[in-house]
Amino acid sequence: MITVTDLTKRYARTTAVDHISFSVNKGDIVGFLGPNGAGKTTTMRMLTCFFPPTSGKATVAGFDVFDQSIEVRRRIGYLPEAPPLYLEMETIEYLRFVGRLKGLSGADLEKRVTYVCDRCAIADVKMKLLGKLSKGYRQRVGLAQAIIHNPDVLILDEPTAGLDPKQINETRDLIKSLAGDHTIILSTHILPEVEQTCERVIIINKGKLVATDSVQNLQARARGAESVLIEVAPRTGSLAAPTAQQRLEKIAGVSRVQLKEERGQGSVFEVESDKGKLVRGDLARAIVEAGWDLNELRPSAMSLEEVFLQLTGSDAAATPEAAPSTDAPAPEAEA
Amino acid sequence: MRNIWIICRRELSSYFTSPIAWLLLTMYSVIFGFIFWNFVAEFIKQGMEMEMMGQASPMNINEQVIRPLLGTSSFLGLFVVPLISMRLFAEEKRNGTIELLATSPVRDIEIILGKWFAATVLYCWIILYASISFVFLFRFGNPDWKPMLVTLLGVFLQGAALLAIGTFISTLTKNQIIAGALTFGACLLLWVFSWVSSYDSSTWAQVMSYMSVITHFDSFDRGVLSTKDAIYYLSVIFVGLFFTARSMESLRWRS
Repeated sequence: MITVTDLTKRYARTTAVDHISFSVNKGDIVGFLGPNGAGKTTTMRMLTCFFPPTSGKATVAGFDVFDQSIEVRRRIGYLPEAPPLYLEMETIEYLRFVGRLKGLSGADLEKRVTYVCDRCAIADVKMKLLGKLSKGYRQRVGLAQAIIHNPDVLILDEPTAGLDPKQINETRDLIKSLAGDHTIILSTHILPEVEQTCERVIIINKGKLVATDSVQNLQARARGAESVLIEVAPRTGSLAAPTAQQRLEKIAGVSRVQLKEERGQGSVFEVESDKGKLVRGDLARAIVEAGWDLNELRPSAMSLEEVFLQLTGSDAAATPEAAPSTDAPAPEAEA
Repeated sequence: MRNIWIICRRELSSYFTSPIAWLLLTMYSVIFGFIFWNFVAEFIKQGMEMEMMGQASPMNINEQVIRPLLGTSSFLGLFVVPLISMRLFAEEKRNGTIELLATSPVRDIEIILGKWFAATVLYCWIILYASISFVFLFRFGNPDWKPMLVTLLGVFLQGAALLAIGTFISTLTKNQIIAGALTFGACLLLWVFSWVSSYDSSTWAQVMSYMSVITHFDSFDRGVLSTKDAIYYLSVIFVGLFFTARSMESLRWRS
């Protein structure tokens, strides 16, 4: 549905997006992940034809964003970081305007307006001025305008930014419910959001593509191996953690043992093993043979947060200064 | 065409839901009404004096009331134009709604034409609304309506031309005040350029004088429909909108 090849955007002095390539299949929900200033908004703006790329190519539904920009725009719904609302308009009036702008008219338009009002739960504020709506409602009206013309592709820039936890959940559920009909790209710097809503992740940092994969694969890939958490306790007395660690390291297939915490008499270790070698049985046997108790053994999934930090490097927090502030609501250059 | 109309309609409704349109209509009507009353009162006084002195020098309501009145109208336009045009793009840039327009399946030129057209319609509406006063002249006098319409056309053309410049200036900034001030400055400059011709006749002075919007208003003011001057206004409109289009394009490339 979306193919991006070597997409680059250079500003006067900085390169906001640097040779990014990825593709998104029909019906996917893809999370676009990166710290502030990583180039997420810039990439989205190129996909939505807000501005052209400096070099590289991107196609949406088979149409080039530069050469066939009007065709692309017909097929995308875009929710910028700040919902593009005319605050002096009523909700319904605004939706009709956007609908007409996207090519709807007559009975078709009215049908879609009613549909998106129901879908986004904004029917009760139909007649209110947009300027009087709360942040949560504004966000939903923003989503409603993005889907009004039933676009193939939905591009959402930080759809949950600035909402309270309840609104965040509602918005996430709404986005998930839209997934069947549309291909969705949503950007965020909140990791749990990706884990909860997205099937695939594209991670970028400082304008460069860091990783693109499914959420599960990414978690696995980051360690290149299976890892398990075990809690070992001695039958009597206390366990010398170093001794236990040495013992565990001797087991065939184990590549790394790390002491996580000492819990009362016992200790918790994280044991990593090479890919494809299941060492859980060996681990259990070794522990029992050593005369210890195995209190717990569970696979440890690495949270996306750890993957993210590992992939983007520990200097992720320092990027906002280095990269241009492409995430500001409307950073048009002042003349 | 359809897109131009959609955008124009939204702009107009936004002018009328925000107080700008009502404010301009009221202020303009009050000022125009006051000036109308002034000219008419003077005209009547002069007429009565002449009658008392027994002189029967010809008096002309077109020359003495309508013409100076519409002359003032074109002058008042200088103040109205920046107030109408300053928000056109500056507001959209500030609110981020420009992202909606620029990512909708609408060409840039359609956005620009829709906005400029809405501004021009509002301007004409304000002038026409104030011109209701003229009905009294027709009711109690017998003015010639043809030169009056030509002068009105001149006022419209001048307004439309200045609005095209204002539209361009509005794309340069997201601050409405800056857009308004710059537009006002540009309008005023195009007005005073005509003054050089009174003391200087060099080529430069002629060029400056030609550039002035007021030089070309003269023939309309006299009730003469001059193609040359109409073409001047049309070309200012064209140039203004052309620059707006280029400015929007550069917005896309640079931002």
